Amino acid sequence: MSRRRISVGDFLFKMGTSTFALILVLLVVSIGVVLIYQSMPTIREFGFNFWSTQTWDPVSGNFGALPFIWGTLYSSFIAILIAAPISIGVAVFISELCPDQLKQPLVFLTELLATVPSIVYGLWGIFVLVPAVRAVQMWFPDWLRAVPLFSGPRNGLSMLSAALILTIMVIPFTSSVAREVLKAVPLAQRETAYALGATRWEVTKVALHYARVGIIGAIMLGLGRAFGETMAVTMVIGNTPKMSLSLFAPQYTMAAVIANEFTEAANDLHISALIEIGLVLFIVTFVINAGSRLLIWGMTHQTKPTVTVPVRTMEPTV
Amino acid sequence: MRIKNKKMRWLQIALALSLASVLVAVALAKVSINGGGATFPYPIYSKWFSEYNKLHPDVEINYQPQGSGFGIQQIQKQTVFFGATDGPMTPDQLLGAAGKVLHFPTVLGADVPVYNIPGVTAALKFTGPVLANIFLGKTTKWNDPEIVKVNPGVTLPNMDITVAHRSDGSGTTYIWVDYLAKVSPEWKTKVGVATAVNWPVGLGGKGNDGVTSLVKQTPGAIGYVELIYALQNKISYGSVQNMSGEFVTASVDTVTAAAAEASAKMPADFRVSITNAPGKGVYPISSFTWILLYENPKDKAMAKTFVEFMNWMLVDGQKFASGLGYAPLPSQVVTMEKEALKKIKL
Repeated sequence: MSRRRISVGDFLFKMGTSTFALILVLLVVSIGVVLIYQSMPTIREFGFNFWSTQTWDPVSGNFGALPFIWGTLYSSFIAILIAAPISIGVAVFISELCPDQLKQPLVFLTELLATVPSIVYGLWGIFVLVPAVRAVQMWFPDWLRAVPLFSGPRNGLSMLSAALILTIMVIPFTSSVAREVLKAVPLAQRETAYALGATRWEVTKVALHYARVGIIGAIMLGLGRAFGETMAVTMVIGNTPKMSLSLFAPQYTMAAVIANEFTEAANDLHISALIEIGLVLFIVTFVINAGSRLLIWGMTHQTKPTVTVPVRTMEPTV
Repeated sequence: MRIKNKKMRWLQIALALSLASVLVAVALAKVSINGGGATFPYPIYSKWFSEYNKLHPDVEINYQPQGSGFGIQQIQKQTVFFGATDGPMTPDQLLGAAGKVLHFPTVLGADVPVYNIPGVTAALKFTGPVLANIFLGKTTKWNDPEIVKVNPGVTLPNMDITVAHRSDGSGTTYIWVDYLAKVSPEWKTKVGVATAVNWPVGLGGKGNDGVTSLVKQTPGAIGYVELIYALQNKISYGSVQNMSGEFVTASVDTVTAAAAEASAKMPADFRVSITNAPGKGVYPISSFTWILLYENPKDKAMAKTFVEFMNWMLVDGQKFASGLGYAPLPSQVVTMEKEALKKIKL
């Protein structure tokens, strides 16, 4: 009797959890379907031109998403470029070098940063970061401002402000995950290295190498956060749909334009264009995520037999 | 035991009946009306709805301030009983509705130019073409002869102009660009009129506060905000030349003057733009804001209650307007609207 009851429980348990898992899949699929369905008017009207043209004119009904795609990718990649080394540094310090009394406060602080609402970052951005960036722009000599990377108006609302605020928002996420990943490196790995006479720096390198897949995952998580960030970015980026390489030029992102224009969009084509931007964001995020999976998959498969390589290279230092 | 049981049952039935009747009475008495739309008149609308609720505790009007576009969409889909917008519905939008939609002006507002020029404390004067050229990106320096000419006695610096505009779609933007299109043929053909446009130059800030902080923080910036917002936040703003050639500072009086001038030629459907209105003492960047109603509403009981509210709003409600920085409707418009309300099929 009791045996039978357990198997019924098992059955329900299995059914229940798999239903939840299925709901998750259905949710993702339905988001995609709804986005495609709702953006049919602009897909039909503009086709691929929507992805490749630069005009955004709600009055004449002419919509191109390229400046927004560019703004999202550019700001996120700059942010991750700055945030990745800092996050890894923070994670390494906390997990490898930090004295015990300092460890808990530091962990607490980074986690606190992750919970601050983005609108608060936005306010800080407007009142602290933007004036600071403006001061830097004012200080920049004219010959440097002639370089395309630094051209543009001197008012602080710029790609650089957006990228910096994203950096600050990404660091707590990436460093927390990287720290957990480093914590999961088996003690045996480190002990082996120490046994071979490796220095602390060399042991850290071993741990980092062992954890590299997880660390890339952490960075990708940060990138995903940067893509979707809306409020803080729209408050400091200047909301100007013009593509530019310049860090000092005001630009725009996909999430920001949806948040800005959706409530007041009154004609169907405009709404459809905004929804298609959502679709583009969905696809770009999907592609980046799939890409990072592939990267991780490639790394784990290709280097499996050579995991011990870094330990071997340490022989000369003994 | 049996008797007691019977008694209990009777008691139960009596209780249940009385509870049910109370519920029914409450449900019958309370009328709850939903609407949504423009954010610009939200302060006065919420004041009206709460004041009206004090007078008629059985009437509850809920308003979602989510933007004029939202108001127009929701009235088209009939998900709200009434909509609200800062720009009149276009012929296309009217065709998209489920029936004939009527416009009712409620109050007036205005846009004012705000700026930040270090060292300049005097209130600047602007003409329509000056503003249009600045927002078109053709005038790029504060000491441009065009600006200097209309501001004699003011020393303007050789400083770059930074244009600040709304990044979100907005009725405020609609009023501003509607004015620019009337004073500048180039604006009309190149940019056009809508709640969000393709700005030739400038930075976008979210909301009135976003534009204000852009202007406050950026030396050389110029932007536009709603009059109420500038009044409440004590931001200084420039005067604008009207069609009679006077430089007029926006205030409740000068905005009402614009409406009074326009009401002589008010079309029957109230869909009128009063930017750049003719007449003396008129502030040229003014506009009505409207409530949208179906001529033949589905819910007759709700319609009756709401028309009663509208009649109260047109008379008693107008008294709250100037205290909140809105210009009240001129009396001719009130009379016309009362007539128009009779068209609603109850």
